[in-house]
Amino acid sequence: MEQTRRVFLKRSLTASAIGAAVGAGLLNPRSAFADAWPEKAFMSTNYKEVMKMIDGADTAESGHVTIQAPDIAENGAVVPVTMSSDLDNVVSLTLYTPQNPFPLNSTYEFSHGALPYASFRIKLAKTMPITAVARTADGKLYSATKQVKVTIGGCGG
Amino acid sequence: MSNTIRTRAMLNGDIAKIMALINHPMSLKIVNGKTIPLNFIEQVKAEINGKQVFLADWSAAISKNPFLAFKVKGAKAGDSVKLSWNDNKGKSGSTEFKIS
Amino acid sequence: MKTIRSISAVVATSLMLIPMVSLAGSQPNPEQDLKAFRQYFEQRFPNTPFKDFSNGSFAKGIGSPGAISQWQSMEEFPPYDFAVAKGKKLFNTPFPNGKTYASCFPHGGIGIAQNYPYVNNKTGQVVTIETAINACREKNGLKPLPWLKGDLADISAYMFSTSDGKAVNVKTPSTPAELKAYETGKKIFYTRRGKLDMSCAGCHTYHSGQRLRAQTISPTLGLVVSFPAYRAKWGALGTIDRRFIGCNKNTQAKPFKPQSTEYRDLQYFLTYMSNGLPINAPQWRP
Repeated sequence: MEQTRRVFLKRSLTASAIGAAVGAGLLNPRSAFADAWPEKAFMSTNYKEVMKMIDGADTAESGHVTIQAPDIAENGAVVPVTMSSDLDNVVSLTLYTPQNPFPLNSTYEFSHGALPYASFRIKLAKTMPITAVARTADGKLYSATKQVKVTIGGCGG
Repeated sequence: MSNTIRTRAMLNGDIAKIMALINHPMSLKIVNGKTIPLNFIEQVKAEINGKQVFLADWSAAISKNPFLAFKVKGAKAGDSVKLSWNDNKGKSGSTEFKIS
Repeated sequence: MKTIRSISAVVATSLMLIPMVSLAGSQPNPEQDLKAFRQYFEQRFPNTPFKDFSNGSFAKGIGSPGAISQWQSMEEFPPYDFAVAKGKKLFNTPFPNGKTYASCFPHGGIGIAQNYPYVNNKTGQVVTIETAINACREKNGLKPLPWLKGDLADISAYMFSTSDGKAVNVKTPSTPAELKAYETGKKIFYTRRGKLDMSCAGCHTYHSGQRLRAQTISPTLGLVVSFPAYRAKWGALGTIDRRFIGCNKNTQAKPFKPQSTEYRDLQYFLTYMSNGLPINAPQWRP
């Protein structure tokens, strides 16, 4: 447990509230965590609504984010994905899968030297663009999108 | 239980890439076209020398026996890494190791 | 690479092809078959080093770069690690009578999987690692494990993992029992069966390397060397006959029973035809 005061960053804080908290010295961008699993966001089926819940806005500027995923998935049950960003002060990287049953796939938070990078394997229900969104401490959002094809395998699916 | 998590750490200069494979069903079911998450890991936390550096919030759309890799700058040999997970059924697991 | 849009297209083209061997009335010559077989695949895949055939449709010169990249990514930290660890634990756990699986195998069962299957000349039966595991259990007063998956696949996977990199080393069929099993396995491989009237050879030999929708058809050379395999479709390990059954069903042919004489003879034939390839099992497959 840290000695310094911590502000738990709630997902519903707006960019300006974050800015105010940073300004007041209450929020070190690298030490704030939303420790609770964001249930509401994971249960939502509305892409824009989910992005607002997690990232505070429903649109992002593209660039400064890299997303690696196959062009054609060998099997939709296991699609390797890597997200990264070249920006400083990245608070989180989030993966959205708009055409999966739930648009929010996963979200990752970084602090104390962890680089904005995450590599993992996901389930995709069908062909779709997947989007990585990086959020910096000032609340700005940056994104990258990759189209992944998911087909039934020829040798029995 | 450390046998639910297999880990590997690669140190490149002062950047450590930490990889983990977790033994977990990450299950869901589809009923009448509706997807229902069943048993899945909600969070994976990573601490280095007692400080939390990385937090993953997951859904059931993460693959079974999930893989995870993250990177930490300023890492060095001898640093202690602790990885822990907890799922929606209240189960959890963790492992600790030193970067070599 | 031609893309085959449907299974019926494969059937149509395979009907025009001359089978590799004439099945009636000739003296079996496995060594000659093996030589011709290797030459065929060497010519068909000139960019694939012999050893790489162990990687199936992810071999260099066979798989697409995107497919190979995904397979490499999965193999870097594979989901089957837990199953192999469990297999090791099961392998080393003593039976109620105090003995372990090691007592049933040469070298305590470590580093020997490349010598299987072999033919027991007394019984005339093909012995696979799987039947040997269950025979060991029965010998020590235990019930056999269910075939195809679960603990049996885990133990088999562990045993194969201890032979990682060793060349497949099936003894050249020469005794009457060995030749009989070999010929039966070969016949099954080349015979068209089922509603779609397809043979294993039709796809895996004559259309190997070609695309069937999004997947590349794996060549017969090396086909069994990655088993037990972890298929993403199964989310778990499965033995070679788990795959035989699935493939028979996909081609609408009635599957044989797990570890039946037919499947064991087929496994024996296919493994002999992969002699010399490095064992690399388990492997990840889609």
